[in-house]
Parts: sequence; C-alpha cells; structure tokens
Amino acid sequence: MLSRVANSLYWMARYIERSENIARIVDVNLQLLLDIRNVDEKRLTAYWLPIVQATGDEEAFFKAHPNATGKAVTEFLVFEMENPNSLLQSICQARENARMVRDQITLELWEELNRLYLFVRSPYAREVWRRSAGEFFQEIKSSSLHIIGIIEATLIRNEGWWFVRVGQLLERADKTTRILDVRYQSLPERGVPERISPDEALEWSAVLRSCSAWDAYKTIHGGDVHPLQVAEFLLLSDVFPRSVRYCVNELNLALRNISGVSAGRFTNDAEKLTGRFLAELQFSTIEEIFEVGLHRYLDEAQAKLNNVGAELFRAYIFQPFENPDEIHMVQQEEQQQQSDKIFKP
Amino acid sequence: MLNQYQVNSGFDEMADAQNQVRPHYQKFHKLFAELTEPEFQSKREAIDNAFLRQGVTFNVYGDAAGAEKIFPFDLLPRIIPAKEWEHLERGLTQRITALNLFLHDIYHEQRILKDGIIPEFYVLSAKHFRREFVGFNVPKDIYIHICGTDLIRDKDGNYLVLEDNGRCPSGVSYVLENRRAMKRAFPGMFEGIGVRPVEHYAQELLKSLKYIAPAGVADPTVVLLTPGAYNSAYFEHTYLARQMGIEIVEGRDLFVKDSRVFMRTTKGPQPVHVIYRRIDDDFIDPTVFRKDSMLGVPGLINAYRAGNVSLANSIGTGIADDKVVYYFVPRMIKYYLDQEPILNNVETYLASEEADKKYILENLEKLVVKAANESGGYGMLMGPKATKEEIEKFRKLIIAEPRNYIAQPMINLSQHPTNCDGNFEGRHVDLRPFVLSGERTSIIPGGLTRVALRKGSLVVNSSQGGGSKDTWVLYGDE
Repeated sequence: MLSRVANSLYWMARYIERSENIARIVDVNLQLLLDIRNVDEKRLTAYWLPIVQATGDEEAFFKAHPNATGKAVTEFLVFEMENPNSLLQSICQARENARMVRDQITLELWEELNRLYLFVRSPYAREVWRRSAGEFFQEIKSSSLHIIGIIEATLIRNEGWWFVRVGQLLERADKTTRILDVRYQSLPERGVPERISPDEALEWSAVLRSCSAWDAYKTIHGGDVHPLQVAEFLLLSDVFPRSVRYCVNELNLALRNISGVSAGRFTNDAEKLTGRFLAELQFSTIEEIFEVGLHRYLDEAQAKLNNVGAELFRAYIFQPFENPDEIHMVQQEEQQQQSDKIFKP
Repeated sequence: MLNQYQVNSGFDEMADAQNQVRPHYQKFHKLFAELTEPEFQSKREAIDNAFLRQGVTFNVYGDAAGAEKIFPFDLLPRIIPAKEWEHLERGLTQRITALNLFLHDIYHEQRILKDGIIPEFYVLSAKHFRREFVGFNVPKDIYIHICGTDLIRDKDGNYLVLEDNGRCPSGVSYVLENRRAMKRAFPGMFEGIGVRPVEHYAQELLKSLKYIAPAGVADPTVVLLTPGAYNSAYFEHTYLARQMGIEIVEGRDLFVKDSRVFMRTTKGPQPVHVIYRRIDDDFIDPTVFRKDSMLGVPGLINAYRAGNVSLANSIGTGIADDKVVYYFVPRMIKYYLDQEPILNNVETYLASEEADKKYILENLEKLVVKAANESGGYGMLMGPKATKEEIEKFRKLIIAEPRNYIAQPMINLSQHPTNCDGNFEGRHVDLRPFVLSGERTSIIPGGLTRVALRKGSLVVNSSQGGGSKDTWVLYGDE
C-alpha cells in the first residue's frame, strides 16, 4: 500500500473519531448544566474551562475569546474554523483525507462522510443548532456511528483497514484519557477522595456519558458513581470498548496485523511502545494509579499514545530511500500534525 | 413536455427543419412523452443530489472556501444512430492513425517536412515540440494512447473536427457517471431504445496501458499519476484508478533510483512499469522540464529514456494540439495513409501565411481567432460577438505574432433540446469521443456531449457555463 494512502486512511479515521468525541463532550455538558442549581458566571467558567483544557487547545481558545463562557466554548469546539480541532474542522479534515484516498474506500463510506460534510457546512446545520443543540449533536453522533458501522461492514480487511483501525483506536484512547481528565481539579493531587458531593457525582456521571459509557458502567457498578470506579472503568476495563486498555489491546493487534509479527515480539518502535503500555495497563490497579495521581498518570498516558503515533509514521510512512525528495513526505505529515496546533487555510 | 419544442435556427439534433422528430429520436420521444413535468423535475433533482453526495464535482480554481461544483447535467440524451457512429468511428480511427504516424515521423526522419508537405518552420517552432526526444523510440510506436477529439456539426449536420486533444484529455468520467445516473433515472428506456453500453472503457484503457509495458515485464504495475487532490479533474483521476484497480499516485509517492521508478509503500519501494500520467509534460520532471514543478518526479525522464518505464501519453504529443499543426492533419492523412479524410477540419486560416493573414485582418469581426496553444475557451476572439476594443487587441496580437494565431469562420454548432427552467429550448452542443490506441484502436460508443447552457452561447466549456448530456449510440438507426 502507498505510504501516503496509509497516512490518509489513518488521519481520516482519527478525524472521524475526533468529531464524534467533541459532539459527545459538548452535548453531555450542555445537558448537565440543566441539572446544576445556582449557576453563576464564576461557576460557569469553572465548569467550561476544563473542557477546553481537555481538548489541549487552551492557548488557541484564549487567542480568540477573553472568557470561557458557555457560548464561547461551544462555538469554539463546534463551529470555529480557526480551531484546528473543532468539530467542523475535524469533519472537513476527515473528508479531505477521504477524498485523497477516494479510490481506496467504499462508495458507501464516501457518500456518508460527504453527506455529513455537506450537512455541517450548510446553513441548515446552523438552523438545527439554534433550534436544538441536542438535535444537532444527535445528527453528528448518529452519522459518525453510521460511518463506523460502514467501515466495519464494507471495508476490505487489507493493510489499509488496519491503518484505519490504528487511527480510530489511538484517537479513541486519547480522547478517553482527556475526557476522564476533565474533572481532575476536584480530586486531590494524589490518593482517593474521601467524600463526593451530589453535584460532583453528577459531574462524574457526565464523564461517563461523554464516553458513551453510562449504560456499560451501570451493568457493572450499578448506579453508584465514584471517581475511583469511573477511572478504573475508563482506564482498565478489559470489556468496555472505549476503555484505554481495551483500545491499546486492539491497537496492539492492529499493529501486528500490519507487520505480521507474532505476539511477544516487535519489529518497530510503535509495536514496542504499544506492547509495553499494554502490559502496564494489564498489570496495574486503579489504587496505584491514584497513588501516582490520576492527572499525572493521564498526562503520561497521552504522551505514550503520541509516541506510538510518531513511531508509526517513522516505520511506515516516512521511510528514507536516500532520495533528496523525501522532504515532501515530511512536509505532508507536518501539515497534518500542524493542524493540531495551527490552522492553515 | 417536448411537444412544444420548436427548432429555431441551424441544425437541430432531434428535429428536422420541418420540426419533425428524426427517426433515431422517435422511440425516446414517445417514452419521454409519458413523463409528467413533476416526475421529470424530481428525477432531475435526484440526479443533482446524487452527484453532489457522491462528490462528482470539479474544483473551482481560486476559490479559497474550496468550493466544489457539480458539472451541470441535462437529462435529455443526445442520440446518435448506428450508421452515423460507424462513420465517426472510421473517421476518428483514420485520424488517430495519421497523428501517431506523424508524431513518429517528426521525432525520427521528418519525412513529411523534407517532402515539403508541412513547412518545416511550423513544426520546429511549435511550443510543444520536444526536440530532445528526436530519435527516441516510444514503446510500440504509439504516441497518443488516449485522445479526446472535439467534434462539432455545421448547419448541414456534417461532423467536423475542432480539436484533437492529444495530451491529457479529460471528461471521460462524466461519460461513465452520466450514464449511470441516466440508467437509474430511466431504467426502462435503455432496453427499449437499444443503447450501446460504455462501461467497458476502464478495462479497454487498462488493456491499452498494459500493452505498452517495458519489454520483459510479464505482469506490469500500472499507476495513474495525478497532480493531486486540488486539481480540478481529481475526481476523474480517482474514478478511473478505482475502475481500473490501479494505484493513484502523486509525484511525491514516486522516486527514481538507477533509472527505475518506484513507489513508496508501507512495505518499502515497489517497482512501477507504466504511468498513465495526468500531468503535462512541463511539470512531469523538474530535472528536465520546469525546475519549479513540485508535482513531478525527479529523474522520471531518465527512466523513461532508459526504457524502464512507459508513459501514456508519450512526451511531446502536445505538438498535435497546436492549432497550426491541426491545419495540416488532412494533409497528413493523405501523405501517410493515401486516403481522403473521412472527417474534415473546420475551414482554417493561418495568420503566418500572407494571403490568409490579409483575409483574417480584413474580416476579424466575422471570424473566430484562436491562439495556437491555448485551450478551454481561453485566448480566443469571437469576432461577431466581440467589442471594437477586443478586435483591435487581437489585430495587434496577430500582427506581432502571426505564428501563434489561426482563424476560423464562426460555426453555428448544432442544437439540442435542453431543459431550461422547466422549458425545453435548443442549446448548442459539441461531442468529445475518447479514442484509445493500443493493440488496436478502440472508441467507446458515445462520448461527452457538452452543452452551452446560456442562450445563444457557443462556448461549451465547463469553466464558462457549460453542462453535459449523456450520449446514446444506438444499435440500430432508429
């Protein structure tokens, strides 16, 4: 498979996953506000600011907005083209990458992704948004799930499919860590919190809902919400498909399907780092993680996932062939990475 | 709905001068009459939506918002009876045979110049003549593998050749997509009317490409080289690559080592043997042609010269697109094939011939003047529709650079009933069949019918308000 094609498939999958995660985060938090009493401006800022921080775009946000009001944050996360990771940008990028590999994906996938793109770019999308944000997010989420289903049901299981999987899983694991990190300020730096207020319990259940984990969590822990169990579920569960451990396990399989290397061995650093991280998740307890401090642990987890992405690029996309022209490939990857930081029209 | 259709002037494809439906349109006319206007409009909207949803679009250059447009599609098909098509097929085959012989000749012995059939000056001064390829042998002696000849019809319905397009002609994806859309919208019509299929184009194209593989390569790797996703024809590139089941590559996906071409894959370098390139000569290799090209592959020409990779179309075919060289195609047919041309050129005057120049300058307001190496409706003067200033501007241009200009009488292209805001009116059309040269010459029955949607307009280019129609070649004559 062409390296550029593998790269585009990978980014297409990542951006699809990203847009759905943004839709869930904003949707859940808008709804949660309806349940919190005594909302004043200070409280609102304390509420929305961590969500901006969770996406990693705090700097870009404050360039464009003086205060983290609900309106500013939702606008920034959903519609702003200046935010390289906004929902709108993510869908545009997913579609742009799909367009570059139009010959590699199925008509069904392309049509649905293109339909979603045409929807979010249309004035009609704004209209739906004004009428009901919930309805708007429902449209995005169901389209995204539709796309994931099409990928599952129509893409041929060749190398390209595994690059799609790697993109999905890396993004999913990364977003789970970020969503879990939203409420870290209510936690002690190390150790487990003693008491949880009813409002905090509501906030932690919003964390679960932001990961589509509420129903799954309830089947295991009942309706009792405690940060320790929430974190354990989202980090270490081996049965919940959005938990970090589950994603990294699948990621490990996907990488091995690309290289053909058997379990317990590795041929490149992406495989090595993934295997190591997986072992750590498999042989850790949540108490140990809280002992380190959840926030610190999540920061390190994000760095590990980023390193896997970087090594993947080195192993498959940018291979030095002693050619003066290879700068081209690096440039493209830089442009994609850039869009995590700076928006280039 | 078509019953009110009136022929206004000139040659109409569907109706004769007495407003009688021509025999080959009668079956369609009858079936179409069963359709109500709301049914027709809903079919039309369904097709437009499908094109947009599928991304069957072209990019608008210079639009920062990345706007994409669908190529307007008109539902009334242009119909060609079998007899007429056989005539076109013979004419196009004759023409492409002569052009390939001509290209081989001028890149080798140059007999046609030495025998004085074409003045040497015209060929050697041509912008797209690649003198560095004189003496170079292209695989199987084929230069133009894919040709998109533009045909028009004059007031008596005679088909004439307007341009040959021997470089990277585009539009064939619309032929295939238009047909798919029509089959979905009017499933019953095809069988009843007897329309010849076009779906096998991609297989024929792949066959032609594999035919020119370097000697000794049993199972060649064929790729399509695109300028990239921002090119206006990108949709077509991915479409064709997908239909042929080959990789679509950009310049940066390829590299050359030891005069061999490789593509960068996740499993390391893979050899490439045939390149269907949709990039012009100028951009294909920055070490040989334009140094500033970011689209090409450094060293590609070296590999091509070494015979390790084949290109379609070959380098240097642009000379056949030179409108001055076009003038001489009928002479080429006589010279190489000893035949009379089956399809004629439009009457053409060369500004660099004294007598012609005098005639052109005296009749500018009646003539169409074209720059020899422009395409897509650019660099053109439509005398009868031009302002005084435009005419004077071209007068100066012609006097300054006569080699660069030709003139033709204004041809009133044939008209075809076309949906215009719910009514059917005559609009001017042309036809671009796609001619493939491989082991044999093959032409898919039909081609791209382009239609000038603006009333009275004679410009069919998509960049200037043109649309397209499906083209039906019939098994029979009615």
